Amino acid sequence: MSKRKINWSAIDADPRFQALHRKKTTFLWSLMIFSVLYYFMLPIGAAYFPELFRIKVWGVLNVGLLFALSEFVVAWTVAAVYAKRANREFDAMAQEIVKTAHQLVGR
Amino acid sequence: MKKLLKFSAWTGALSLLSASALAADEAAVADGYKWLTFMVFGGIIALTMYITYRAARRVTSTSEFYAAGRSISGVQNGWAIAGDYLSAASFLGIAGLISLYGYDGFMYSVGWLMAYITVLLVIAEPCRNIGKYTLGDILAFRNDPKKSKTIAAISTITISTFYLTAQMVGGGVLIKTLIGIEYEVSVIGVGILMLAYVVFGGMVATTWVQIVKAVLLVTASIVLVMFTWAPYGFSVPGYFTAVVSDANVQAQVARLLGDAANNMTLEELGQRFLEPGLFLKNPIDQISLGMALVLGTAGLPHILMRFFTVPTAQEARKSVIWAMGIIGGFYLLTLFLGTGAAMFVGAEQITAIDKGGNMAAPLLAQYLGGGADSLLGNFFLAFVAAVAFATIVAVVAGLVLASASAMAHDIYVGVIKGDRATPQEQVRAARISSIIVGIMAIVIGILAKGQNVAHLVALAFAVAASSNLPAIFLTLYWKRCNTHGVVLGMLVGAFSAIALVMVSPNMTYPLAIKAAANKVLHGDAENSGALAKVEELKAKLPTITDAAEQAQVSRSIAKLERDIAKAQGDLKRYENETTSLVGLEKPLITLKNPGLISIPLGFLCVIIGSLLFRDKRSEEMWDELYVRQHTGIHAEGAHAH
Repeated sequence: MSKRKINWSAIDADPRFQALHRKKTTFLWSLMIFSVLYYFMLPIGAAYFPELFRIKVWGVLNVGLLFALSEFVVAWTVAAVYAKRANREFDAMAQEIVKTAHQLVGR
Repeated sequence: MKKLLKFSAWTGALSLLSASALAADEAAVADGYKWLTFMVFGGIIALTMYITYRAARRVTSTSEFYAAGRSISGVQNGWAIAGDYLSAASFLGIAGLISLYGYDGFMYSVGWLMAYITVLLVIAEPCRNIGKYTLGDILAFRNDPKKSKTIAAISTITISTFYLTAQMVGGGVLIKTLIGIEYEVSVIGVGILMLAYVVFGGMVATTWVQIVKAVLLVTASIVLVMFTWAPYGFSVPGYFTAVVSDANVQAQVARLLGDAANNMTLEELGQRFLEPGLFLKNPIDQISLGMALVLGTAGLPHILMRFFTVPTAQEARKSVIWAMGIIGGFYLLTLFLGTGAAMFVGAEQITAIDKGGNMAAPLLAQYLGGGADSLLGNFFLAFVAAVAFATIVAVVAGLVLASASAMAHDIYVGVIKGDRATPQEQVRAARISSIIVGIMAIVIGILAKGQNVAHLVALAFAVAASSNLPAIFLTLYWKRCNTHGVVLGMLVGAFSAIALVMVSPNMTYPLAIKAAANKVLHGDAENSGALAKVEELKAKLPTITDAAEQAQVSRSIAKLERDIAKAQGDLKRYENETTSLVGLEKPLITLKNPGLISIPLGFLCVIIGSLLFRDKRSEEMWDELYVRQHTGIHAEGAHAH
């Protein structure tokens, strides 16, 4: 891509860019807040709810151990969910904007 | 040709070093099997040297030197991130923590993976889209270039130096414990190898060394876990039932709990190993460390730098996904390595060589191969030792490259030369900076011998989370953010994190150490000291007739004598000292990890600084930054320019 002058504020004002930005922001923040809360439940649970963590669920495996294992599953799931949505939706939306960016060259 | 000559001179010096290193004292690898370890070491060194030689022919431009020409694929970069991130502390350290403390050790590992959620969701793609080679480039996009590059370089060098010191000292100690090479020789050896990779091969060689290391690490872990788990038919509950029923595990829990274990059954003791609270006592500290991990990883310069090596933001995304798979999978494997070592080797034997438990994985490897006297057992041990060595070198190379890029690209080219340096000058500056940083790392490593550096990695994360992350995050996502906020926030964030650690319990307090040593020697109101105990046992020894009991008492005497020697050493070492490095008799705060205070402070100061002062450029560049980070228009391409 040539480095011609691009009218950035025009793209910023473009409704398609606004839509991309809005969708991305909501989606990313909900994933981020969910992950952080889920993560901190582990040290908090271990420290303040040890009785709960001790309950045996699957043979000798207790709630605490299964919860710690679930952190891995959650991390991977969040990553997969984000990647899927970004690959399918966000990339295409950004591509649309990029394609027409040169028509918005500031003259 | 000139390059090849220089290159062979380096490797020559290196083989001399390893030869001199053969003279060694006691270590995990028995003398008769040292040749095996050196063969595996030699193989790994030869492979990485070949990679460096191939890379050196390619690295002629700054884009190649700092970013491997942006030609690394997402999958390759994912492995390289794992190789850059999984230090010896996580490979040997976490397996060790699990082997000694069970559940708490595993819980500790979770934060290290969760950290990548932040990297994936908020940092990787925008940084790839607007950045070039360094943290300074990201911040300079809309902030005053000279000011933001200067502060970013200072921060990068500070963080990398903390991390580097921990790696060099930890690596030196580790190599000495594993194969008995002298500490100084190990540090110089690691330093020279890492310099060879970085100076000749730049990011290309560093990337491939990290990939090789990550593949070796994961392979070694999978093989060990297969051997550990197979006897239980790969059943999860079956395996953990064996763990909690194991006598070694139960004995370790009883030791940890002390008097509290007296009225517990063996079954309860074993089960306690899978419950929280054997190691991590202060939940506030855990939350503080968790914050530093989750926010700090995304601000680590050597991790950020990896995202400039891929051609597009999509590949950057792919690389984080791969890294998360590898890193997470690896930590799951350490759960088996740690509990396996707890059963088959036992905490007593693990801590006999290294109190922190770092020898858990190597000793497990030796056991699984057939024990200390078997060839296969020693081959396994040699392989794990070599992987640990490769791990240290790969992490150190990434850190040196990050520091050198801050020095050469941000300070020399950006600030001093005002971005007007020829490509040849730039590459030369990068190489010279790498040599300076590398030599500094070796000198620091040797000077810091015997220091307690374990908290330095946590400090590096805390500084990254309190200084770099608020600055990057608000620069990327907050319209009002500007140069003044970034400078203020980064200074306050970094200084508060460092200052809080300086007054925390992490520092060495001679009075407390002397009191503890005196307690060991002379005991207190309830227990008699080691001096009295050892006399008592020595008097008892000749009267014992049972051979097993005699051996047991002899072992106890040996242990007590070691304790006495250590306590007397401590007393002598701190004889004339009463205060810590900053002149305190006891810590001012109980918090070991500063993140809980310093991270919000860093964010707050970026916000205050931005609101108090105005900066026209930061405001004017916002639209461009915002559009570019989301669309990738004008992102640095895959070709050198």
